[in-house]
Amino acid sequence: MDSNLPSTLGSFSYDPAPESAAIARLQSSYGLFINGAFTAPENHAQFATVNPATGHVLATVAQASDADVDRAVAAARHAYETQWSKTTGAERAKYLFRIARLIQERSRELAVVETLDNGKPIRESRDIDVPLAAAHFFYYAGWADKLEHAGFGPAPQPLGVAGQIIPWNFPLLMAAWKLAPALAAGNTCVLKPAETTPLSALILAEILQQAELPAGVVNIITGDGSTGSALVQHPDVNKIAFTGSTDVGRLIQERVASSHKRLTLELGGKGANIVFDDAPIDEVVEGIIDGIFFNQGHVCCAGSRLLVQESVAEEVTRRLLRRVDQLRVGDPMDKNTDVGAINSAAQLARIEELVEWGEREGATRYDANCTLPSEGFWFKPTVFTNVDQSHRIARDEIFGPVLSVLTFRTPEEAVAKANNSVYGLACGVWSEKGSRTLWVAQRLRAGVIWANTYNKFDPASPFGGVRESGFGREGGRHGLEAYLNV
Amino acid sequence: MSDRLEIRKTFKLVINGAFPRSESGRSYEVQSAQGGFWANAAQASRKDLRDAVVAARAAQGKWWSATAYNRGQILYRWAEMAEERRDELAEHVRASEGVSRDAAQATVSAAIDRIVWYAGWTDKITQVLGGANPVAGPFFNFSLPTPSGVVVVFAPQDDSLLGFVECVLAPLAVGNTVVAVTSTTRPTPAMVLAEMTETSDFPAGVVNVLSGFVDELAPHAATHGDVDGLDLSGVDEGADELARLAAGTIKRVYRPRPLEGDPLRRLRSFVETSTVWHTIGQ
Repeated sequence: MDSNLPSTLGSFSYDPAPESAAIARLQSSYGLFINGAFTAPENHAQFATVNPATGHVLATVAQASDADVDRAVAAARHAYETQWSKTTGAERAKYLFRIARLIQERSRELAVVETLDNGKPIRESRDIDVPLAAAHFFYYAGWADKLEHAGFGPAPQPLGVAGQIIPWNFPLLMAAWKLAPALAAGNTCVLKPAETTPLSALILAEILQQAELPAGVVNIITGDGSTGSALVQHPDVNKIAFTGSTDVGRLIQERVASSHKRLTLELGGKGANIVFDDAPIDEVVEGIIDGIFFNQGHVCCAGSRLLVQESVAEEVTRRLLRRVDQLRVGDPMDKNTDVGAINSAAQLARIEELVEWGEREGATRYDANCTLPSEGFWFKPTVFTNVDQSHRIARDEIFGPVLSVLTFRTPEEAVAKANNSVYGLACGVWSEKGSRTLWVAQRLRAGVIWANTYNKFDPASPFGGVRESGFGREGGRHGLEAYLNV
Repeated sequence: MSDRLEIRKTFKLVINGAFPRSESGRSYEVQSAQGGFWANAAQASRKDLRDAVVAARAAQGKWWSATAYNRGQILYRWAEMAEERRDELAEHVRASEGVSRDAAQATVSAAIDRIVWYAGWTDKITQVLGGANPVAGPFFNFSLPTPSGVVVVFAPQDDSLLGFVECVLAPLAVGNTVVAVTSTTRPTPAMVLAEMTETSDFPAGVVNVLSGFVDELAPHAATHGDVDGLDLSGVDEGADELARLAAGTIKRVYRPRPLEGDPLRRLRSFVETSTVWHTIGQ
């Protein structure tokens, strides 16, 4: 087929296929989940969490004060000392298996809540976020009674109380990434969901009650940055695990430097997606799309820098732009939607600012040919070509549906450009030549390398960064290290 | 011979396979544990530290791309060199730490054995810390321990030889290059060992050793943008502040703990886990 012909795909129309928002069964307001019970919402200042696809309020949640943080940590400490540290690994495992099953049983509700609160397409929350969250509990459940075989000495011990702060891009999945290994290793937890996406964690709290997890083993407290800060500085917390921006990670590392708290950080990225001229272009184009537009680009490991070998750059770019126009952007609750809403007004402003820089510094901007809904927070999938390595859009994490395209001639140059970043979270390599792929993979300074694929996640696969993308791993045997006294 | 005027040696720095004096033109007098002159040592400056980091960065790719077998051979060669000059090392340990000759010999034996222990790790660590991951999909997925990159080590102040060996060999064995700052007041056992890198087949820049003052060098190492890891074993006061400074570039920081749960912690401290997903298909 002549790839210069305009695509006819756009002329096919899809009937709406909306998921039902009623499945979420949301309450109008929520309290905090401390010591196995929800506190009364009226006991706390409340703030609203909105549906970013409409801007309408979904519910209000509690703003945890310093005193609330203190109560949550005390509950976690008490549960650790009196119960969880005395629960055998085999018993801990069974609680985690129960939680995994309950997530599966309530998967539809969780997917709807996640999409309403986050703005991500229901197709992604249904097929990726929720199943992976269940899989994570399932995976770590099996470790709970096998820790002595995990390669951290004959009798690795838990740390105690873990304070866990998670971001808004994969709310339930990040909660699972944090809680499952911590509990398997025998710690108790205080989890703080992100300010703009607290709801799925509160449903998870209900699931913990259903699973009859002993009171205080997991406490979930909603709030803004001040809540997270209080948790980080709390003297009775043994471990901080944070996923979020590098700027906040830096502050947290500074604050715990003078304490004995253990720390793992999963921070920002500026992933290079490297395309060699022998790669199958159709697959490459899909991989590029998945790499940057998955979850609206709200992905720390997003393939936000496309590095294409010069000999195929024109061809790849042309097909890519054509494909971008096919993306279905809009109602996240529609099962046909590819790209949903930007999570918040603040994030939208940040994306707009950086995109403005892209134009100001002379890159060429292409916006997807799509219509955006009139209310809510939206940004068209955007591709910049003629990007230099010195441009802000090639250096700063945008955390949105914005791709920067750069080119290279040799594998050496591809590696040098890919590594020209303070970040080092993830990279992609596209080539049919296995020896070259491995040669490149050996030289990339990145924690995750996807060869002929992108944005794949699995509970058995360690995930995390090098350099200013943070330290520590989540997933796999390696993920246990973050929660053991080793 | 007792009235012969002795030849006094100034211990120089080891940077990029060469033995420069400090670019600052400074040296300081090292006393033995009993008091009295023992040696002169170069007093490394911040510029020396920067030069050493540049050398270590340049050497890192070469060191890591050498085969693990080759890296093991080179570390073992270092042990061979140390064994040959063990009496000299012991004399420096005795004078520096004020211990008996037998105790000094025992320390040297332990240090050399420890080098051999680490030499053996170079081609084992990948299997012990890495492995294949059974992901739910058509992918071959494996994790490898890879070096953090350039590690600056502040070696223990009292344990002048064995402590130095622990701090330096662990990051080296897993593929990092090292800039090590010796004990300030007891630099010579480590400097004698460092001299032997010249004859142990190390590529230039893999091991860089400085003598000098922690207060002067450490803040600069903690904030240096091209340093990936920091070992604060030899820092007592001010370690919190250095760890805080290191947060500016999200450095990996090693600080000793009263009870170590895992003897491999040093080896794990300056490795990254790099995970590769490769598609499986026809």
